[in-house]
Amino acid sequence: MVSFILRRIGIMVLTALCLTFIVFWLTNLFPNLEKLAKTQGNFRMSDDAVLSYLGNNGYLQPLPVKYGQWLGVLPGYVIAGTDGQMRARCATGGQDIVDAARFCGILQGNWGYSTVFREDAGSIIATRLGLTGKLMFWVMLVMVPGALIIGVMAGMNEGSRTDRSLSTVSILSTATPEYVSGVVFISVFGTATFGMQWFKGTATAAMDDANFENFFLPVLTIALYGMGYIARMTRASMTEVMTAQYIRTARLKGVAFSQIVLRHALRNALIAPFTVIMLQFPFLLNGVVIVETLFNYKGFGWTLVQAASNNDIELLLGVSIVSVFVVLTTQLISDIGYVFLNPRIRIA
Amino acid sequence: MDPLSWTGGLGAFLNPALAITAALCGIVLVVQTGLRMGSAAVTLQSNPDGTLQGRGGVLGALDTALIYLVWALVALLLAYVTVPLVMPYGSAGILGEITRRLLPVWIALVATFALSIRFKRRLGLYGKLFDSTVGMIGLALVLFWVYVAVFVGIFDMIVTHDYLRQVSGLKNALPGVVAPDGTEGAIPHYLLGGDNLARDIFSRVMAGSVFVIAIAPLATIFAFMVGITLGLPAGYYGGKFDTALSFAANLILAFPVILLFYLLVTPEIVQTGIPSYMAAFLFAFPLIFIGVLVNTRYYTQPAKRNAIMLPVLGSLGWLYLSAINASGTVIDFLPAWADLFDISVLVVFVSVVFVNAPTVFRIVRGLTLDLRTRDYVAAAQTRGEGAWYIMLWEILPNARGPLIVDFCLRIGYTTILLGTLGFFGLGLSSESPDWGTTINEGRKLLLIYIHPALPPAMALLSLVLGLNLLADGLREESLKD
Repeated sequence: MVSFILRRIGIMVLTALCLTFIVFWLTNLFPNLEKLAKTQGNFRMSDDAVLSYLGNNGYLQPLPVKYGQWLGVLPGYVIAGTDGQMRARCATGGQDIVDAARFCGILQGNWGYSTVFREDAGSIIATRLGLTGKLMFWVMLVMVPGALIIGVMAGMNEGSRTDRSLSTVSILSTATPEYVSGVVFISVFGTATFGMQWFKGTATAAMDDANFENFFLPVLTIALYGMGYIARMTRASMTEVMTAQYIRTARLKGVAFSQIVLRHALRNALIAPFTVIMLQFPFLLNGVVIVETLFNYKGFGWTLVQAASNNDIELLLGVSIVSVFVVLTTQLISDIGYVFLNPRIRIA
Repeated sequence: MDPLSWTGGLGAFLNPALAITAALCGIVLVVQTGLRMGSAAVTLQSNPDGTLQGRGGVLGALDTALIYLVWALVALLLAYVTVPLVMPYGSAGILGEITRRLLPVWIALVATFALSIRFKRRLGLYGKLFDSTVGMIGLALVLFWVYVAVFVGIFDMIVTHDYLRQVSGLKNALPGVVAPDGTEGAIPHYLLGGDNLARDIFSRVMAGSVFVIAIAPLATIFAFMVGITLGLPAGYYGGKFDTALSFAANLILAFPVILLFYLLVTPEIVQTGIPSYMAAFLFAFPLIFIGVLVNTRYYTQPAKRNAIMLPVLGSLGWLYLSAINASGTVIDFLPAWADLFDISVLVVFVSVVFVNAPTVFRIVRGLTLDLRTRDYVAAAQTRGEGAWYIMLWEILPNARGPLIVDFCLRIGYTTILLGTLGFFGLGLSSESPDWGTTINEGRKLLLIYIHPALPPAMALLSLVLGLNLLADGLREESLKD
């Protein structure tokens, strides 16, 4: 087990390195750097001015060197600029170059500087992640029990009318992407058109003070898209368990149906959905980006959109590290959890 | 000319009737569910004389009532669609006029269903679809949008106004508004109102279907070609090749899709030519796939193989070259006369294929890992068949069931992805009538005007729902064998 986890963590680190290198490469392509220089300086910069800006700020070094510096395995650059000023990667916020550390990469805990928000990327990510964490917590609280109840109800009597209608509901929810359900919810419950203006159409206020009125619609929008999928997996697993021999034995010896479902079937039926729930996190991340944009909730997803559309290199890298970490960790947890829940599987 | 109301003269009778029937349906359902909680499930009863009897009592009566009510509901809904066809213009309201505009689609749908149901026993898996209600509903939704796209894209029917034309005074106008003199298109009303730039929403939604119906299935086919061509050998051979490819697939899948889109679909990246190189790489897979397919089938008859291979590969190669070749990009070597077409949304197409291919790869690899242990594969190996022959002609046909189902689901997912791209304004011009862009335009003023954003949202929802139901029906029917 330990060697399995170690091997998985090794692959995780390798994946994270590859992914960040790809993001680094794509954001450091010359047209992107040119756009960055022009948004930082002004839009009518001459080509020479762009080049000297990029040179002075260390953007024109070879790609592996830049990546090493960002990672913290190579010493940060110290460049004498064309304007006679000395600039060092590690000397930020008016710090003297001599006092600055030699290495300042992600390994030293330095997430870099966001060119859009003009702030330390690490602190931006921390605050935004906190806000998204709040959103995700409520999403999970709505989605997981909802999906499990629907799935178990549908799966305990395969082919019944309850099963058919609940299955249709879950198909409907998987077919509704967040930007459709969000638009529909805002139109119906956020405006006075249908006379049901029960909720707020934006969640900006929920960042400081989340309540039912301003937070329910975004939570429901994300939860709904994931719910159908988990419910269908739970249903499949439940129908399989309900045809097992030991359930038939229990029925034959006269155990009440509710007891069979709750005592005998449920525990075995919930193994498969656990994996699915864990693997839903990457998809939830997409939902978060869409919903935060739609409801103007300035969390992690909103930051991703801001960073990506302005080519804010270091913030974007920070964002991708966090999201890759989330994706890979949930995969690891789902694998380990599967082994714990299912005694038939043993990993040497 | 007066503005249109939603249902016009038709609504005076049909609206109350529909409301009453729907309410009755709801009441019966609730009562029935409540009664069933307390009593045991009664299905068919077998009588001593060997006959079967339907369930009696209150529950049985409610069951029968519900069936009649549902049929009444369907009949009423059909009336909304059919009655306006014989009413004069404008008297049947917005709904009636939309129905009238869609007449060619209704005719095509009815014809398709009539023919298919008549010959369903001879049509294989497609025919079996007509045994399942869910599958039929799904197919109807999908075919509806396919026919809309065909009639709009090829015959230029259905749309009422030019979807790019801005008419002053109709900015954010409510549904059913009268277009000023001189700006009428096929009809003098904006059926679903005007958007923020005073364009006709109905025409934009209908024109948007062309984009989705043209791109989504094609991109999915390409993703399948890539996934199959790489997934078969990965699953069949295993080893280092499999490890490397699986790692690469997991790498792409670990990217949040939206981050990937934001990195790939920007004007700056297009400038570097990366999408063109990716297109050159990804579009080569169908060529390889078909080449290997033909070769493995006919390699024992070289003359026949060459006769088939040359024209097929020749024309496909030409298509391939003109697809990746576009003037003004990094790949621009063909003379203008040889370049058949340019794909204007190449970057969107490529990134959608790129996102879908790894998942298909994983599915095909998993299926191959399972199927390669079967006896018929061992038999083929004993006969001395080549590895690619076994993969393409022994394993692939036996994996078709799950692949067809996934194909339907994946077209739906691709539609969602295309909508996401439009929603974030990536890769498509803001003029484009596709549904994602229209939703994005509409949502900016959503709290004031809801009518510009809702129709494209509903259109996208119905198409994806149709594809999902279709996949569900196919799965059910293919499991029955």
